[in-house]
Amino acid sequence: MGKHLNSVHVSHEKHTAECATEVMPVPESVCISMSQHIGAPCKPLVKKGDYVKVGQPIGDTDAFVSAPIHSSVSGTVKEISALPSVAGGEDQVIIIEADGKQEVWEEIKPPVINDMKDFIAAIRASGIVGLGGASFPTHIKLNPKNLDEVDTLIVNGAECEPFITSDHRLMLENTPFIIDGAEAIMKYLDLKKCYIGVENNKMNAIEKIREEIRSRGREGDMEVKVLRSSYPQGAERVMIYECTGKTMNAGVLPAELGVVLSNVTTIAFIGQHLKTGRPLTTKRITVDGNAIAQPKNIIVPIGARIADVAQACGGYKAEPKKILMGGPMMGRAIFSDKLPIVKNNNAILFFDGKQALIPEETACIKCGMCTRACPFNLMPVLLSDAYEARDAERLSNLRVMQCMECGSCSYVCPARRPLGFTNKLAKGFLKEAQSK
Amino acid sequence: MEKYQERLMVSAAPHAVSPMNTQKVMGTVLIALIPAFAVGVYQFGVRAVVLTAVCIASCVVFEYLYNMIAKKEQTVSDLSAVLTGALLAMNLPAGLPFWMAVVGSFAAIVVVKQLFGGLGQNIVNPAVTARIFMFIAFASEMTTWPIARGAQRAADLAPDAVTAATALGELSRGGVEAVTPSNLDLFLGNCGGCIGEVSALALLIGGAFLIWRKVITWHIPVCFLGTVFILGLIWGGFDGAIFHLCAGGVMLGAFFCATDYVTSPTSPMGKVIFGIGCGLFTMLIRIFASYPEGVSFAILIMNILVSRIDAFCEGRYVKKYADEKGGKK
Repeated sequence: MGKHLNSVHVSHEKHTAECATEVMPVPESVCISMSQHIGAPCKPLVKKGDYVKVGQPIGDTDAFVSAPIHSSVSGTVKEISALPSVAGGEDQVIIIEADGKQEVWEEIKPPVINDMKDFIAAIRASGIVGLGGASFPTHIKLNPKNLDEVDTLIVNGAECEPFITSDHRLMLENTPFIIDGAEAIMKYLDLKKCYIGVENNKMNAIEKIREEIRSRGREGDMEVKVLRSSYPQGAERVMIYECTGKTMNAGVLPAELGVVLSNVTTIAFIGQHLKTGRPLTTKRITVDGNAIAQPKNIIVPIGARIADVAQACGGYKAEPKKILMGGPMMGRAIFSDKLPIVKNNNAILFFDGKQALIPEETACIKCGMCTRACPFNLMPVLLSDAYEARDAERLSNLRVMQCMECGSCSYVCPARRPLGFTNKLAKGFLKEAQSK
Repeated sequence: MEKYQERLMVSAAPHAVSPMNTQKVMGTVLIALIPAFAVGVYQFGVRAVVLTAVCIASCVVFEYLYNMIAKKEQTVSDLSAVLTGALLAMNLPAGLPFWMAVVGSFAAIVVVKQLFGGLGQNIVNPAVTARIFMFIAFASEMTTWPIARGAQRAADLAPDAVTAATALGELSRGGVEAVTPSNLDLFLGNCGGCIGEVSALALLIGGAFLIWRKVITWHIPVCFLGTVFILGLIWGGFDGAIFHLCAGGVMLGAFFCATDYVTSPTSPMGKVIFGIGCGLFTMLIRIFASYPEGVSFAILIMNILVSRIDAFCEGRYVKKYADEKGGKK
């Protein structure tokens, strides 16, 4: 190894790294989406007028790729309706008026686990999905078909997006849960090795995790990998390469390389869930950006409206022009702050007019900076030519499907061309062309 | 303020861009030219400053006028026309009549760049091609070299002379024995030549700056200079190799002209081929052709081959890098 994949240096903007996490007061109402994971949406288990408690399941489905959804407040179901979704289309939502008592559902108790089957069932019941961003149901990820060939767990503690510090704060504040979760996964999946990858701009978190590993005498099979603080260090395929030296093709599952990989917050949640039995009803997020009065890390109930989260952070100090779910590199610009927090949110960024400015696109000068930025050495400059010519064969030859849409090419382009977005369109075009 | 913010900007990720834009890229190259320009001014006096100013101003004006007449968006602020003007001036003898510099600027900006579609679309390097055009159109003025302030020996030999030959000119006419400046003089810039090409040292400093700032990669200059060095070694031993590296426009061409993004290959392998080709043609022309200097012609020939080089390298590049890093297809 020794060789790194290409990466780009983005301004870190980690203003909230020192902000100890606060807890958001219970909002008047929450709006819980039934589509919070990759796969089939949940169907409501409650109806208008029902009284629900914290942690009570309110949505579930029999579909294979799915995870149940729980109420984050105690209160009365006011309405089951639909809300335009950030991905297009509509999501079914359950609106619950909170009574402020936060009564906990009486059936919540630590799960009893004897074997792998119990473990996977408990993971599913907890409602956990990949919190690093993909929101793929964790119980499926932890139960690969070729489990005998899997021997390595990678805990992804890289937080390479600018602004976001919620995973960093978790690593500092909930360190034991991370190791609890990792130990449990290693035990029930019978894994031999665990890497915890964290970048070197979080040395205090690395020290804390190392201390925790030492105190449990797990130095033999648990190792913290100190990574470079560059983007996109936290991408699944980059993380696997940096920890194991294995290259991973797009469309290949980590399990095929003998690896299961999960975000550090997901792992810590598993550790916590095994101890307490509490399902996923809250989320630690970073709130930042020039338009928000008090940037901070805050634990919010899932389903809290983004406008209410902003209120809990001192409100807007300037009119927000762009609101991002996630970081500026891969985050999604949303159209309204009426939208609710969902499971995989790790940050909400409120940009004012200055931050939200999109620079004007100019002519390509063929500098090749995009190629030098791409972790997989793709050539976005040529991909965009090929897409403009709608040349499916050339797109395929240039390996457009390898693109993971990290946006590094768009970031470095001195002509401000939307190369990453063009790749995304090109992938869609190629898929369609090949299916014909 | 209304209860909910519903008038938000929605755009595709990423929502941040690096501070480096086209204007800053061009600006960085201009900064890198400063050492070579400073030596040129020292050697050839105020005339060098005025001629450079004329080139830059006329390039900018032609770009502005062309955009205006063609009803295109103004692109003067991207500094590419400024850079073309500066590079053209670096490739001219300091005593050149101003109107010829204006004609050259017209050729560079309007004919070579804008008529082919503007920034990013031109096939050949505007400054290099304009220089060749001027070299042929104004053959005598383009080869009339003022005496450099540091070229003492040449001045001692002919105290009344106002012009001198370049080292390559001397070599071409009289062979190795006729060359007056030493290799050290050529390295430092104490010799006749174009404004920006006389000091190899100053150009090396500028080139190193460009590589350090990651504006260019090492591939083209190293392969260009490496080829010149090896062929020089074969032709005239170590001294001959150093002579060919320091004399004429090799350094200026290798760091500033051949590395022009638009007219050079994109992939590292393509850059290697391009650099070797530039070095090869430069030396072939210098040694065998009737012109004493071949850098501009070499770059022009390789510019024309870029699309073929890119096509040749595309598939190989994907196999070597993308498949290795991204996993086999």
